[in-house]
Amino acid sequence: MAEASAKLADAMRAFGLLCWAWTRAAWQYPASLLLLTVGQALATTLDVLAIVVIFANTDELGGFSAAEVLFLYATTSTSFAIADTLMGTVERLGRHVRSGAFDVMLLRPVSALVQVAADTFSPRRLGKLVPALAALALSLNLLDTQWTAGRILMVPVMVICGTLIYCGIWVLGASYQFVAADAAEAMNVTTYGGNYVTQYPLTVFSSEWVRALTWVVPLAFVNWYPALYVFGRPDPHGYPAGMQFASPIAAVLALVAASFAWRAGVRHYRSTGS
Amino acid sequence: MAVIELDGVEKHFTVRKRARADTGAPAPPTGRAGRRARTVVRAVDGLTFSIEPGAIVGYLGPNGAGKSTTVKMLTGILVPSAGRIRVAGLDPSRDRVALARKVGVVFGQRTTLWWDLPLRDSFDLVRRLYRVEAPRYRRNLDRLVGLLELEDLLDTPVRQLSLGQRMRGDLAAALLHDPEIVYLDEPTIGLDVVSKAAVREFLESINRERGTTVLLTTHDLGDVERLCSRVMVIDHGRLAFDGDLAGLRSLVPSERVVVVDLAVPLPPLVVAGVRASRTDGPRQWFTVPAGGSLADLVAQIVAGHEVSDLTVEEPAIEDVVSLIYRRGARGG
Repeated sequence: MAEASAKLADAMRAFGLLCWAWTRAAWQYPASLLLLTVGQALATTLDVLAIVVIFANTDELGGFSAAEVLFLYATTSTSFAIADTLMGTVERLGRHVRSGAFDVMLLRPVSALVQVAADTFSPRRLGKLVPALAALALSLNLLDTQWTAGRILMVPVMVICGTLIYCGIWVLGASYQFVAADAAEAMNVTTYGGNYVTQYPLTVFSSEWVRALTWVVPLAFVNWYPALYVFGRPDPHGYPAGMQFASPIAAVLALVAASFAWRAGVRHYRSTGS
Repeated sequence: MAVIELDGVEKHFTVRKRARADTGAPAPPTGRAGRRARTVVRAVDGLTFSIEPGAIVGYLGPNGAGKSTTVKMLTGILVPSAGRIRVAGLDPSRDRVALARKVGVVFGQRTTLWWDLPLRDSFDLVRRLYRVEAPRYRRNLDRLVGLLELEDLLDTPVRQLSLGQRMRGDLAAALLHDPEIVYLDEPTIGLDVVSKAAVREFLESINRERGTTVLLTTHDLGDVERLCSRVMVIDHGRLAFDGDLAGLRSLVPSERVVVVDLAVPLPPLVVAGVRASRTDGPRQWFTVPAGGSLADLVAQIVAGHEVSDLTVEEPAIEDVVSLIYRRGARGG
């Protein structure tokens, strides 16, 4: 346990060092950095506007109020934004493998995953986080629910678990690129696509979707199940109430699967010709 | 105690080839048309050797012989398919991160520095990632910057450095943490004569002073002649020669060519029993058979004619290597 936490501290230190170095590199073009960050933030804000537009025409969506939908949107977006900041660039693994840059990463006394994740880090990755957090604050204000201690605690827990689930899926997808270097697009279906799907109440989708998002790609645990607890609603699809507390289990499972896949990928890494 | 030990090491790759009519490749016997045929390539095929601490070893072989694959297994980048490797007492693929602290690597064709950062910042990042204590880092940096003449380049982003400058930067970065072992993959490729000499001199002094073990992959015979006490030749993933440079040369019936620029054009000369094999104006070529004496030939040419220039062409290392391999294949 002590060894594991020392390893984690090591990895976080290296991640910080590398991100700082890349940030300084990004600062060489300050105008570009600024515009990209603002652009990122604007794109995320537009999503919120989409929800506003929907609720200008209807009072509820799939049986959920505007505040509830905003809460669903904000929690998944916050998790996604944090995971994107931490792990977003692992989807470029295929490129590093092809260019041989991954060889160089394996030569340094730092986890290769940390190096891939920190690669070309730019503060613009935070551009998504600020609007997501603003939406979260707004939704917590608007939400009409009985704020018990358990429900208050559930909000940070679900954001953290959601972040870990997204990170796990990202790393799983990246590991697949050890086998197929061009698989980045297929992976985006589950990450970016998953982020999109979980922005809305799952009642607007068919029950097959709900099953897939529960048992195949566990994105329903990012926000849907814990949010039902926060709202104090029974599960519309009749799943047991225990599911509403299962996000930490889903997060652990996603991380364990990701860790196995990554290790297997590195062990089967073939490098490039030269 | 050997610092690098390989015992029966193999590395196989499964390569998928598409059988195509236009390449004339035969279709796989069982597969349908267009199916990909799998072939197993033995990039490294049973390597056994060990290297003592403080040695400078030249690791030679034609392209695709398995040199880079060996180095990648020694650093833990690739996991061997069979056999056992120990480097500095560690199993590279299992203890890759721990081993990385004891090893420095320079790829001639690829930088390990950060493209957009000034050299100084890259070095500082290396210091932090390798956890080199500040006083040791300062001492090493001063010394490396002096030896490699990097003083004026420290504030230049890596992407703006020339190839030779970048190579010197890479060398410094690979040695900041006092590695026990340094792997150099084509360290002088594309460098001009002055930079080549500087790099070789530097490697020699590092080896002498720190006892750093150096494994040098190269196509440049000059590197080997200047630096290596031991030469290993690998071909088709197998060790074809292991010994010193003189031994390597004596194994091969190598013809040498003397090129003489005479003061005036003359018909082909016959000197010391050797007839000029080719003439071009005042320039004449003499082919000296293996074992023949160069000294006699040169002495007699100079004694009998006015000579403005004279050079000796040694056989290219590629030729020596391919000759050795052909001999090895014939001799079994």
